[in-house]
Amino acid sequence: MQLTKEKLTHLKQLEAESIHILREVAAEFSNPVMMYSVGKDSSVMLHLAMKAFAPAKLPFPLLHVDTLWKFKEMIEFRDKRASDLGFELIVHSNQEGIDMDISPFEHGSKVHTDIMKTQALKQALNSGGYDAVIGGARRDEEKSRAKERIFSFRDKHHRWDPKNQRAELWNVYNTAITKGESVRVFPISNWTELDIWQYIYLENIEIPSLYFASEQEVVEYEGTKIRVDDDRIPEELSKTAKKEMVRFRTLGCYPLTGAINSTATTLPEIIKEMLLSTSSEREGRLIDKDQEGAMELKKIEGYF
Amino acid sequence: MENITDIENYLKEHENKDMLRFLTCGSVDDGKSTLIGRLLYDSKMIFDDQLASAESESKKYGTTGEKIDMALLVDGLQSEREQGITIDVAYRFFATENRKFIIADTPGHEQYTRNMVTGASTADVAIILIDARKGILTQTRRHSFIVSLLGIEHVIVAINKMDLVEYSEETFNEISKAYGELATELGIKNTYYMPVSALDGDNVVDKSTNMPWFKEKPLLSLLDTMQLETSDYQLVTNFRFPVQYVNRPNLNFRGFCGTITAGSVKVGDEITILPSGKTTTVKSIVNAGDITEVDREVTTQEAYASMAITLTTQEEVDISRGDMIVHTASLPRVSNSLKVMLVWMDEKPMDTQRTYDMKVATTVVSGVFEHINYRVDVNTYKRTKVETLELNDIASCKMLLTRPIAADSYKTNKQTGSFIVVDRVSNNTVGAGMIVDVSKRESENIREENIFNIWNDKKQIIHNNNEKYIKFRERDILFLSVGQNIGYEQYGKGDEFLRPVLVYKKFNSRTFLGIPLSSKEKSGSYYFSFNYTKDTISTANFSQMKTFDIKRVKYRSGYIKAPEFEKLSKKLIKLLEITP
Repeated sequence: MQLTKEKLTHLKQLEAESIHILREVAAEFSNPVMMYSVGKDSSVMLHLAMKAFAPAKLPFPLLHVDTLWKFKEMIEFRDKRASDLGFELIVHSNQEGIDMDISPFEHGSKVHTDIMKTQALKQALNSGGYDAVIGGARRDEEKSRAKERIFSFRDKHHRWDPKNQRAELWNVYNTAITKGESVRVFPISNWTELDIWQYIYLENIEIPSLYFASEQEVVEYEGTKIRVDDDRIPEELSKTAKKEMVRFRTLGCYPLTGAINSTATTLPEIIKEMLLSTSSEREGRLIDKDQEGAMELKKIEGYF
Repeated sequence: MENITDIENYLKEHENKDMLRFLTCGSVDDGKSTLIGRLLYDSKMIFDDQLASAESESKKYGTTGEKIDMALLVDGLQSEREQGITIDVAYRFFATENRKFIIADTPGHEQYTRNMVTGASTADVAIILIDARKGILTQTRRHSFIVSLLGIEHVIVAINKMDLVEYSEETFNEISKAYGELATELGIKNTYYMPVSALDGDNVVDKSTNMPWFKEKPLLSLLDTMQLETSDYQLVTNFRFPVQYVNRPNLNFRGFCGTITAGSVKVGDEITILPSGKTTTVKSIVNAGDITEVDREVTTQEAYASMAITLTTQEEVDISRGDMIVHTASLPRVSNSLKVMLVWMDEKPMDTQRTYDMKVATTVVSGVFEHINYRVDVNTYKRTKVETLELNDIASCKMLLTRPIAADSYKTNKQTGSFIVVDRVSNNTVGAGMIVDVSKRESENIREENIFNIWNDKKQIIHNNNEKYIKFRERDILFLSVGQNIGYEQYGKGDEFLRPVLVYKKFNSRTFLGIPLSSKEKSGSYYFSFNYTKDTISTANFSQMKTFDIKRVKYRSGYIKAPEFEKLSKKLIKLLEITP
């Protein structure tokens, strides 16, 4: 697409594409918000947004849906980034869920995710009245995401209709909606996991320490290793805790996020491990295994 | 990937990868999903657990018996899996040492033409699948047409299922030759032919041992090494910068953000803001990619196409989202009257009376498709006159906007030459357009101004019309589509641009030297008036004499009598003799 001495590398092309998308959101919507899950993809998105609007501050707030079961380090990291970079941070938890004492251990991952994540997200979006919600989903993560648009239309009930998506051509995005409807925007749709890691390495982006291997107290739970994060973990489990060198490939609720044994303490080591690994990223995430086509169903219901 | 010893070196090499986006065209029967599954699988990018899940699903929906159904690796949505067809565009990713690839996987059936157009809009290369047993089918013609319409200049013809034709070189050569003719017809510049068996992996990633006669690289190596720099639009150096967002954090900074779609820009360049036409110079350039957490004010001297940048200007001029910044030395046309190719994507037909919103680059402007010049059949390429456009129709239209915009033709710039059509009530994307021509003038009445263009379209319909031609001889008077020409040349009348023409000298069964006739009596050495039907006088105009093709003839209306013809002939010869 160019005639220059300087041919853009694939990462620079992806970066420019994402920045274009972020600016399109800021220009076309009156009340956008960016989802912030504190993970590596969110870190990359935040980094891209900081570039897109420099020297100004971010023209939209960041929204963290806190299920109250996140790793301690994630919350510390989140608050430190907000104060270092000076962005507006909105944190929302589902009060109904808190009142019901929802626990992944007791109610299972399906109920926990629905109440503390999906319902909480809907509440936050309804109360904020956001017309555009920027998310960090990638098309390589899961099969149903491979078909989702970059600007993905949601009806008044935040529902996604996979069979009736708007055509999306070139880099011309249809941002037209009526009151009450919204658009989910995925600026890093075309990035792969490897792209994300390479970019973090290249740009020296800060990410939570849990991505790097360290000695942690872990227990076996539903076929994976989870970390003992606090005393809400059932006693019969915590009894079995032992120290191991582990790291996390994704970050979420600690009871639902599997650790892997690893000695990778630097970014190149993580990338090397990733390249040699034989299972995909979501393996460590328990929520997708509920049922076949799980993600597609969750998306239709309003989960990202 | 098994030998990663020096990871830092590996990362350094992979930082310099480039990116290639390609489209796959074909239907389930051609083994398209199987081919993609094979590319992903054999290039070791499908992780083991995804493979395990494909294995369990193969038993439920699979069609390949004991073998793993590669297609299930890529057919995304559950409903599609059950139906066994790919109904939407899906994007897949894989990478080699040299390149990152983005595959737009699109359905092949005619009712999903809009999905294919969508996938083609961002592709640099298209892979067209042909079943070796069947050769070029109607769908091949359709896919190739869409590929050429969307300006994809590199086409890889994957002749699949070679295992079912005993790996026959002859079959491969026959299909390649036939496709070559199709490519020429469509003006597809670069074609590459590849005999493959996606099911077994022959010539997909590794060279086939079953086809030693094929000396070229296998598919993946070709994708990995092909050069794309020759395409025309890359040679366009005219700077085009649609303003996306105005960044004004404080009174000291007013930056114009956007992505450069073509050319390059330097600090100090003279620029014009369109459509207003105001001029200024570039004061500073920020390449967003260079910004770091520590340095949020880093600037650069020059920026290039594809870069997301922020410009500031020397003078404070009024610039807003939707404007286009260009070099003062290379202005695009600015008009509200455009000739476009339109792909209709909505169940509800296009209405020439309705106003739609057009999003062109970063501008949204309302307008109408006032006139449909012709619709093209995606299978036969025949052009027909229609009054409305249905879902998946592709047509040449006149677009009239409520205000002028700066635009290029799609051929020279895909970004500033394309647009989407948004329904003002449903907000759906109902069409996609490619600009063919931006009118020199702004227009109040589109019909008067563009008769010449309408004739040009008509001419192409006549050209593609393969009905039997009528027999003719000298002295015949034929009504034929003379057309609309520029200046003082002859022109025809009505919808068909018709005029009677006298056959003066027949050269062969197709062409003749003809003299256009008019119904006004005229005297002088340039004219000869005569009667051939009762009560009407016809005048042959010698100055408009030229060679005609019988394709243009609509019907025969009579003939001039022999004695009259002799008189006419003498007068004409005399006229020609006088010339010095």
